[in-house]
Amino acid sequence: MRKAVNDKDRCVACGVCSNQCPRGAISIFKGCFAVVDEVVCVGCGICEKACPAGSIKVNDRRNA
Amino acid sequence: MAKNKAKHWYDYLWIWSIIYFALGFFNILFAWLGLIDFIVPLIFAIAGGNKNFCNRYCGRGQLFWVLGRNLKLSRKKQAPGWISSKWFRYGFLTFFMTMFGSMIFQTYLVFAGTSSLRKAIKLFWTFKVPWKWAYNGSIFPDFVAQFGFGFYSLMLTSTLIGLIVMALYKERTWCTFCPMGTMTQGICKLKAGNELEKKGDHHDN
Repeated sequence: MRKAVNDKDRCVACGVCSNQCPRGAISIFKGCFAVVDEVVCVGCGICEKACPAGSIKVNDRRNA
Repeated sequence: MAKNKAKHWYDYLWIWSIIYFALGFFNILFAWLGLIDFIVPLIFAIAGGNKNFCNRYCGRGQLFWVLGRNLKLSRKKQAPGWISSKWFRYGFLTFFMTMFGSMIFQTYLVFAGTSSLRKAIKLFWTFKVPWKWAYNGSIFPDFVAQFGFGFYSLMLTSTLIGLIVMALYKERTWCTFCPMGTMTQGICKLKAGNELEKKGDHHDN
């Protein structure tokens, strides 16, 4: 299963990923970093393409 | 702003960014309106503990998106890591605030009568550009206009930097080191305190 994973230390909480997510799976937690709802995320990678900080990436989560 | 999402009034705030620069081109006193972009994000962060300004209402961020993504003016390449690193973000914030302070001091000198009003804007804190047409006196004292010229310089310079990084890298690369973004995220992290660890750990599992 491919899911978006955010590096919260790199994230600048600009909100581009959350604006772009077609599933509404991403929210900005208290202005600090983006949080992905893995139940809703389908791993499409639109957020990864939009993220200017390179902090959100789609990973294969099969082994997780 | 994905294509399949309903548009809201605040999705058009990028127009405000353009109007702001147009108004300041004709009358520098309009530059004062830029203070909205300084104060509102801080209110969101301090009172609400959120970055809703960046996330939703920032006209500048939207402008970079409209130009970079919709008009395809961005290379959409990942910017080098140091641009969004903490030391660069806080370094740029410090530099920006120092320049802001020096602009306030310049305004003070005009207020105190030590300096006279200079009808010019300064781009990239270096290049002076004549801007005489934008001010022909008003009911306000000269220092009010001086602040306008200084503030407009700052707004235009930062937008130009944003446009350069938009073209070279991802659309909203400016947002990664925007001084207001760094400041408001810092405030939000202080406010959220130890909740952050819990939230982060929970989702990293």
